[in-house]
Amino acid sequence: MSLVEVEEANPVMASAPIAPYNSSPLGNSSSPNASRESLKMEPLADVAMLPGEERVIDKDIIYICPFNAAVKGKVFITNYRLYFKNTDSEMPVTLDVPLGVISRVEKMGGASSRGENSYGLEITCKQLFAFLSQEKYEENGWNVYEAMEEYRRQGVPNSEWRVTFINKNYELCDTYPTILVVPYKATDEDLKRVATFRSRCRIPVLSWFHKENHAVIMRCSQPLVGMSGKRNKDDERYLDLIREANGTTKLTIYDARPNVNAVANKATGGGYEGDDAYQNAELVFLDIHNIHVMRESLKKLKDIVYPNVEESHWLSSLESTHWLEHIKLVLSGAIQVADKVSSGSSVVVHCSDGWDRTAQLTSLAMLMLDSYYRTLRGFQVLLEKEWIGFGHKFASRIGHGDKNHADQDRSPIFVQFIDCVWQMTKQFPTAFEFNERLLVVILDHLYSCRFGTFLYNCESARESNNVRAKTVSLWSSVNSDTSLYINPFYTPESSRVLYPVASMRHLELWVTYYIRWNPRIQHQQQSPVEQRYKELLVLRDQYLKKLEELQLSDSAPSSTHLTNSSTPNAATPNQRITHLQTPF
Amino acid sequence: MLSLGSGGAKSTKPSFVSYVTPEEIKSEKDPPKQEKHPDLLPGEVEFCSANPILKYTQDDLSQRGVFGTLFCTNFRVTFISDEKPQEKTDKTFKNKLYGENDIPLMCVDHIYGVYDEKRKLITGGLVKNKYPSKMIIHCKDLRVFQFSLTFSKEEDAKKIFQGIAHHCLEEKSLKCVFAFSYMGTPSPEMQWKQETVMFDSPEDWTQEMKRTKANCRLVTENENFELSQRLPKYFVIPLTIGDLFSYQGKGLPIWCWSHYSGCALFKASFPPVTQEDGDFQKHLDTMINAVAHNHLYSVKTEDLSESLPNIQDIQQSYNKFKQFFLIENSTDFWLSDVKWFSSLESSGWLDIIRQCLQKAVEVVECLEKDNTNVLITEEEGTDLCCVISSLAQIMLDPYYRTLMGFQSLVQKEWVAGCHAFLDRCNHLHQKDKEYHSPVFLLFLECVWQLVHQHSPAFQFSETYLTVLSDSVHVPVFSTFLFNSSHHRESVMKAESPLAQSGPLSCPTVWDWSVQFDSKAQNFFFNPLYLEKVKHDRAVRKPHKPKHQRNLSLPSTAFKTPPKKGFFKDETDSLKKMLRVKRLSRWRGSPDAPTATTREFFESWQHRPLDYHGLLLPCLDGPAVHIWMQRYLRWIPEVYILGGGSVAVMTKLMELLSQVQDLKRVLEQRDSSQAAKLDHRPYFQHRLLSFDSSGRLSSSFPFAYTCYRSFKPIIPTGLMQSLMVTDSLASQEDEASSVVSFV
Repeated sequence: MSLVEVEEANPVMASAPIAPYNSSPLGNSSSPNASRESLKMEPLADVAMLPGEERVIDKDIIYICPFNAAVKGKVFITNYRLYFKNTDSEMPVTLDVPLGVISRVEKMGGASSRGENSYGLEITCKQLFAFLSQEKYEENGWNVYEAMEEYRRQGVPNSEWRVTFINKNYELCDTYPTILVVPYKATDEDLKRVATFRSRCRIPVLSWFHKENHAVIMRCSQPLVGMSGKRNKDDERYLDLIREANGTTKLTIYDARPNVNAVANKATGGGYEGDDAYQNAELVFLDIHNIHVMRESLKKLKDIVYPNVEESHWLSSLESTHWLEHIKLVLSGAIQVADKVSSGSSVVVHCSDGWDRTAQLTSLAMLMLDSYYRTLRGFQVLLEKEWIGFGHKFASRIGHGDKNHADQDRSPIFVQFIDCVWQMTKQFPTAFEFNERLLVVILDHLYSCRFGTFLYNCESARESNNVRAKTVSLWSSVNSDTSLYINPFYTPESSRVLYPVASMRHLELWVTYYIRWNPRIQHQQQSPVEQRYKELLVLRDQYLKKLEELQLSDSAPSSTHLTNSSTPNAATPNQRITHLQTPF
Repeated sequence: MLSLGSGGAKSTKPSFVSYVTPEEIKSEKDPPKQEKHPDLLPGEVEFCSANPILKYTQDDLSQRGVFGTLFCTNFRVTFISDEKPQEKTDKTFKNKLYGENDIPLMCVDHIYGVYDEKRKLITGGLVKNKYPSKMIIHCKDLRVFQFSLTFSKEEDAKKIFQGIAHHCLEEKSLKCVFAFSYMGTPSPEMQWKQETVMFDSPEDWTQEMKRTKANCRLVTENENFELSQRLPKYFVIPLTIGDLFSYQGKGLPIWCWSHYSGCALFKASFPPVTQEDGDFQKHLDTMINAVAHNHLYSVKTEDLSESLPNIQDIQQSYNKFKQFFLIENSTDFWLSDVKWFSSLESSGWLDIIRQCLQKAVEVVECLEKDNTNVLITEEEGTDLCCVISSLAQIMLDPYYRTLMGFQSLVQKEWVAGCHAFLDRCNHLHQKDKEYHSPVFLLFLECVWQLVHQHSPAFQFSETYLTVLSDSVHVPVFSTFLFNSSHHRESVMKAESPLAQSGPLSCPTVWDWSVQFDSKAQNFFFNPLYLEKVKHDRAVRKPHKPKHQRNLSLPSTAFKTPPKKGFFKDETDSLKKMLRVKRLSRWRGSPDAPTATTREFFESWQHRPLDYHGLLLPCLDGPAVHIWMQRYLRWIPEVYILGGGSVAVMTKLMELLSQVQDLKRVLEQRDSSQAAKLDHRPYFQHRLLSFDSSGRLSSSFPFAYTCYRSFKPIIPTGLMQSLMVTDSLASQEDEASSVVSFV
């Protein structure tokens, strides 16, 4: 008998994705947990499989649960997942792990020598399941985002900004999307010359346009200044065109990096915009650390919550991971960007290559400034645009499907961003149309390989691998049952700028994501407030219906129906009410 | 010269001073240059004042402020702005006794003076002829006030400073406390009186015994405190105790509460453990046996003074902890933000809360799972015994999670139970620090954790707890002014009427109408509270134990081996009981109890949560939180405009009122059917009138920030903390440019 322990990955913190499947007996629920509900899979004796999923192996094994003792059971391995179900004991233990989230398998000599003489071997999925999946959904999630449509929503193109197709064959920049928005006065020739001076040709392009004051958020990579302090007249003029577009007196360039790192980057040919060269610009460093620091930070966080939550010195342990401090820095960077733009000044945001920290900052600032992105659909557009479209290197950062992926390329930058969004939803519980579950599901499928959404590093790679045609988009699944992801408290306020408080006093560890699998930490499937709110909604509808009936009977039978009440959450199952007593 | 503040002035009755009635002030308002006076409470006397004084605006680094007059009365320090009061949004949550610019004298924690840029802590003795240019007042409710004294006449400034320092810092006698001058008219037949059980009569105790099916004996022999002055006037003991009078009642097991199984919780005072007195030991053994006799001859004892921090530890820890919330300016705020978590931890306050809850869970486990009697002890039996026994009762008995039940519990365990409020809260500014300790606050903190984790189980809100914690320092209520029942009676008798003025009108804190109108009192109710399922509707629930506790944990469900080490099994059989020699110290490794309690917690957790059954707190690191509302409410940097849980609550309340309106409409239509009356009459007007038009900040209902700009607060000093010293920080993002990385 062999003992197998699935351990989560260090670099990408797969422990979190493992989490939901490691469901322990909680309450009386027979379904493993909330996040799985969306997948419509019941842990039957025989596993319900997704369309396209095939069973490869099944065997009796013993699973060493980190929270309980060893559990006897049966394991199934399919081309999508590893599934475990215990055979004895009245407490149901199931384990359901998409292979995509497994980053390391350790073979062990025996229980006694656990961890000691174990050796690791990497498994990578030879063929990503996303390509085999044949799930069908009503809506095609690949159509959620159309770049032109989105720019038009923002009010672009206009007399100051134009759309260019210079990159339609990815010739200007292979990690950028095909449609780019640039200053009206900049010619395509200008763009080509600017590209020579920006790391990986990622020139400053428009991310967001403020309809009222016409200030913009531009994103790009670092300028190739180098040790000798090179200058590029075209780049300087180009930035000045950006500034001029709405008459900003001084263009603010936010360099996401710490000052020292920006300086150090000169050694490898990079650098930052110097005062002399860019006289109409002001440079601000936002002091956000690089991908390696973030990776280590999350790894430390994993160490204090897995397998047991550090108890005696929880707060200082948490502080020592610096995870929340990094969150604070990212958030306060985004606040500064948003504040500058809403005060009417245009900004340029970059880090080194403009696909990690830059994406975090621009998308968070846009989330603060533009209420559209706080809707369920708008958020999908935001991710498609700022992350997927502008080439956040999902494949490298997660390490999917690449046998030779380098560990040091992995980093939880996207996880960190979603954490920041979660912090914002915590602080403004009525400002977002989507709920926490959406964020968890997004992160689960970041690792699961079930959908094509987060595969590959950039649009060009996605296009050449025909991802749109061959895989299903996560948004197909999400949008086929939106009621799961709707925040009942959502109150649209279109013109409102949201500034979260980036203080440790308010930042919390996202327990329901990072520690959700720990049976000792209490999980409430639904917050009591939300539950009560939904009950009240049902009650209100019952009363309204009753009233309607009464009125109908009063005014003699008439065929016209009274306007139905608007219920944001009609999906609340009626059984919910039975076990709770509302005070009426 | 301190003539203004000497005892003579204080004991003077209001008739001596011409005090202005509110009506007079209004009529005087029109002439522009007229000096303003505070609206005095009945019995309040103005001591001194100074003008102009600059009160710094708190959320401002630029040292701006408002000019006005600073007063000191026998009740408070108060500041009245010279500026015309802005058209304030109608503040629904307003304290009738003191406003945002009033500091009840008892509420002053520390006063600092700034002399030539140097900040000094003012102690009573320091006040001679010098006065500081700036006076900083830290309050016990965590507000911070900063006044500049440089603008007024030297004489006035000196006078007001000395007056405030004298009245707030100098040791004083109990009779100088404002409560004894307060002439507020007692509210007529108040609802609190009908529902809060005061435990000051034999009937209250009999009723409580009946409610919990206790089989114990009510002691009335201490009615005149002949038995002991440290014991309650009335109390309950095990049936089999015959001898009451030896050792002045020391070691007497006082009954707290009975579990439906018959076992019960008792508390007792013990002399310090070092005292080796054979006779006394024998006495104790008798007492323990008596407890054991209460039910099944089993008893577990726990000496809390050995297993929990002592009152000095608690005091020290809280002193450190509160400093993190007394923020004077933005710079301090962001500086302290850097090491926030480790600072909190270093104070140990959250850990003390955790330990208390843990201990209470252990007590609950003995009662609920093992069905053994529990006797908790400590030297006086009125500090941690009160904390632990009240917490255990809240976890076990849903009655104590209602507002009235909770108030009754505080009366039973704390007020009638002789917690030394006067000494512990140091209302009289005694120099002897040994007796001060925020034990009651610690209890409220623990309750808050329970409320935070299991909100629908509690009828009262966190706002209620916050207000209650503030009320301790409002010198109007008799509740927190005495050290014991005996103390209360003797003082009240001595202070009693000079014949004509009638009985001393000293309200209890439970008469909330003294502080808040009924609208504001609505904030005390938790809209999430799930009221008990009524019998006519409880179709699914079959049988229930007779009194209000259901067995969410049938004792048969647990078959864990008997624990070792913890909660010494004094007797688990009659035989063993007879051989009980003495209480030995708690032995065994400290891990043992937590391990079994953990098991207890987990098996509880695996059952469906019943908000009217047993309630246990999760005590893992991430589950223990800071009481944000209490501690962060005055710090503008953390206000989330339009956010926080208030935003959600507002939505909930809106919907609630909508549903209630609909219901009313339906009921009216239904009137032919002789509509039954709402069995919860006061829920109708319990609607919180949240101001939904304006945007509320997260500190609602305590601080208002309507006039703050929408500018975000951008943290400063961000990098100071992140000392990422390893090589990672300087690496390139992309692996291609990294030469060697292992």
